[in-house]
Amino acid sequence: MLAYIIRRVAQSVLVLLVVGLVAFAMFRFIGDPVDAMLGQERTQADIARLTAELGLDKPFPVQYWRFLEQAVQGNFGLSYRQGRPVSDILVERLPATLELAFVSGVLALAGGIALGIFTAIWRRGILANIIMTVSLIGVSLPTFLIGILLIYLFSVELGWLPSFGRGEVTRIGWWTTGFLTTSGLKALILPAITLGLYQMTLIMRLVRTEMLEVLRMDYIRFARARGIRERSINFRHALKNTLVPVITITGLQLGSIIAFAIITETVFQWPGVGLLFINAVQFVDIPVMAAYLMLISVMFVGINLIVDMLYFVIDPRLRVDRTAGGH
Amino acid sequence: MKKTLLLTAVLLASTTIGASAETLRWARAGDSLTLDPHAQNEGPTHTLAHQIYEPLIIRDTTGAFEAALATDWAPKADDPNVWVFNLRQGVSYHDGSAFTAEDVVFSINRAKSEQSRMKELLSSVVEVRAVDDHTVEFVTDGPNPILPSNLTNLFIMDSGWAEANGVVKVQDMDGGETTFAATNANGTGAYKLVSREPDVKTVLVRNEDYWGKGQFPLEVSEIVYTPIQNAATRVAALLSGEVDFIQDVPVQDLVRVAGTDGLVVKTAPQNRTIFFGLNLGPDDIANDNVEGKNPLADVRVRHAMNLAINRDAIKQVVMRGQSQPAGIIAPPFVNGWTAEMDQIATDTAQAKALMEEAGYGDGFSIQLDCPNDRYINDEAICQAAVGMFGQIGIKVNLDAKPKAQHFPLISSGGTDFYMLGWGVPTYDSEYIFNFLVHTRGSERGSWNATGYSNPELDAKIVSLASEIDLEARNATIAEIWQVVQDEVLYLPIHHQVLNWGMKENVGIEVSPEDDPKVKYFTMK
Repeated sequence: MLAYIIRRVAQSVLVLLVVGLVAFAMFRFIGDPVDAMLGQERTQADIARLTAELGLDKPFPVQYWRFLEQAVQGNFGLSYRQGRPVSDILVERLPATLELAFVSGVLALAGGIALGIFTAIWRRGILANIIMTVSLIGVSLPTFLIGILLIYLFSVELGWLPSFGRGEVTRIGWWTTGFLTTSGLKALILPAITLGLYQMTLIMRLVRTEMLEVLRMDYIRFARARGIRERSINFRHALKNTLVPVITITGLQLGSIIAFAIITETVFQWPGVGLLFINAVQFVDIPVMAAYLMLISVMFVGINLIVDMLYFVIDPRLRVDRTAGGH
Repeated sequence: MKKTLLLTAVLLASTTIGASAETLRWARAGDSLTLDPHAQNEGPTHTLAHQIYEPLIIRDTTGAFEAALATDWAPKADDPNVWVFNLRQGVSYHDGSAFTAEDVVFSINRAKSEQSRMKELLSSVVEVRAVDDHTVEFVTDGPNPILPSNLTNLFIMDSGWAEANGVVKVQDMDGGETTFAATNANGTGAYKLVSREPDVKTVLVRNEDYWGKGQFPLEVSEIVYTPIQNAATRVAALLSGEVDFIQDVPVQDLVRVAGTDGLVVKTAPQNRTIFFGLNLGPDDIANDNVEGKNPLADVRVRHAMNLAINRDAIKQVVMRGQSQPAGIIAPPFVNGWTAEMDQIATDTAQAKALMEEAGYGDGFSIQLDCPNDRYINDEAICQAAVGMFGQIGIKVNLDAKPKAQHFPLISSGGTDFYMLGWGVPTYDSEYIFNFLVHTRGSERGSWNATGYSNPELDAKIVSLASEIDLEARNATIAEIWQVVQDEVLYLPIHHQVLNWGMKENVGIEVSPEDDPKVKYFTMK
């Protein structure tokens, strides 16, 4: 087990280094930050001076090496756009994204499992069919469109919920939370639905399919034959056995909820790291982009590691024959 | 899920509507980048700074000069190389310290320092000296008749505050340190900084000791400034009443906003002209299909292209009426602009004849580089133009990309046919000539990617800087424009129009610089 974890961590570091290298190779295609940084009145001499100052005249492996050297010392440099340390900015922005991801994750999981069970058990019911049809819309509509539709319905037409921002936040140490104020909670609703809808429909469909599969199994039939109550069969026997793939998907989706919060955050002007990244791309703010990509890869790698370890806990069979390498 | 619904219901019941009438909730697409007044030369950054800091002179809502920290200014009677500014007395900073001539000297020198992004505006200034506590002299390297127009975004800081907080120097990007001035401010302006979260929210409160009390409306007691990047969300925030005032109303939403009860849209020409540039200098260019020749070098071809653009169609179809067709690359406010030069008709037949005459009757093909996130409907304008050039046989391949990739092409000369927009903060043609007409060199011509070089014209442009006889100067400006127009250096498209959306109770006129100064706002 320990050897496995060490190996996985070593692999993860390699993955991070490769992500960084690819990122730095790509940055040159995003554009040149110098033009955005200097105003309209800049001369050719200014451009040359700032390019040299930022080290942008160097080839990308050199730039990457400089970044790594600084990064291992915990210094991610200054944002070209804001002129403030990137680490400060990330720490400031991270709580917003994590809270949003957490609420949408819970929403997706709870809603997805409940609806999945419902549609599996009453699969011929009218309501179940309606839910299935509506869920198709959830899967196929792009996130930004759902966001804008929600804004127009709940903010503009009904005037119930705010259309942008995080509302009032409370500061607890370096963390800022929107959970403690009314406006903060209200501001969470629309973005969380927007971000979680896709995952919710995905989980719902997954639970439904798995559940239908399990309900056809022999042991369920035998259980029925023994006269065990339907409720007990559905929840104690069937549901439990559908959860392994659900955990895998949820783990992986949690990573993508954080990573793909970019679109939701842009629509709702949600002050998280996704919005920060979009601004950084538009401005070619290389230090922020590099740090963000590193952060997201650390999260993905970390979540995958945890999911892998959860398998060991849930599925006893793996403890015997899965020591010979990752997947 | 159920819990969330319940929560929603509870929260909805407690919704509050409206806020104190004196709070201005203001949103625009982008946030200020820094509070350091000399660290960025950029519109939204200056706009926020204008509420907190003040320059010696500002532009009012019509773009005209208005005395701010200087009460009056004039060239020195016996020395044309010196401008004398008399400073306002009895002005104090937000922290209570007094505003003196020493602060002006300090701030101008700070803005002239190596790391400052404002230094180009002060390149003619050799020395700034305090004559007494309320008089300052600017010494220039030659007579500079338009120096005051370069000072309208040069904010004055308190030298004592800067020293106490270690911000005597403008931030050095390579240093890796954030500076106190980037997140804190101490100005003389009508509003004081209360709190700021970059890209999230900035709160300002009225400066009750402001020197201009009684002179300006100052009806807004608190400003809550929020950037909202997504255009649809920004409009939704105005429609739902969550903000009182937005800049950057997208043209497709103008009718919707104006048609909503309680909201108004105000429109005015912006200080920005959109045009195409042509690489006419070299003997051959890379991005066309003509071998060994540069079709753009032929003035007849350029003239034909100019005639081919149907500016009214672009206005009606692409801009939904929100533009002023242009025949010159100077916005109408600018000294040197004439209504006559701003006229141009579309004449496809004549354009075709000119193409024939130039030997390109069968046309040619060329790549047009265009930004897609910088100007209003920039990519759509280019698409429309592609069809118009097609009518005279020029096959245009459009390459639209984000501004971060587009503008480096212009800086590096990697484009032969490109779109550019130009604003003139000094309101004088010299600014346009310096950047767009003068031969590209280390000091001037940094935005001139046309390859055009005319030493005689260059000499005239340089002479403008030190010509104190305004009549002679204007005559030279007219001569230079004549050459620019005859040579068809650029293909003007239109002057951009600004749209501000606001609640009915907010009273402000659109300023051509797109920089609302809240002290002028009224709140009914």
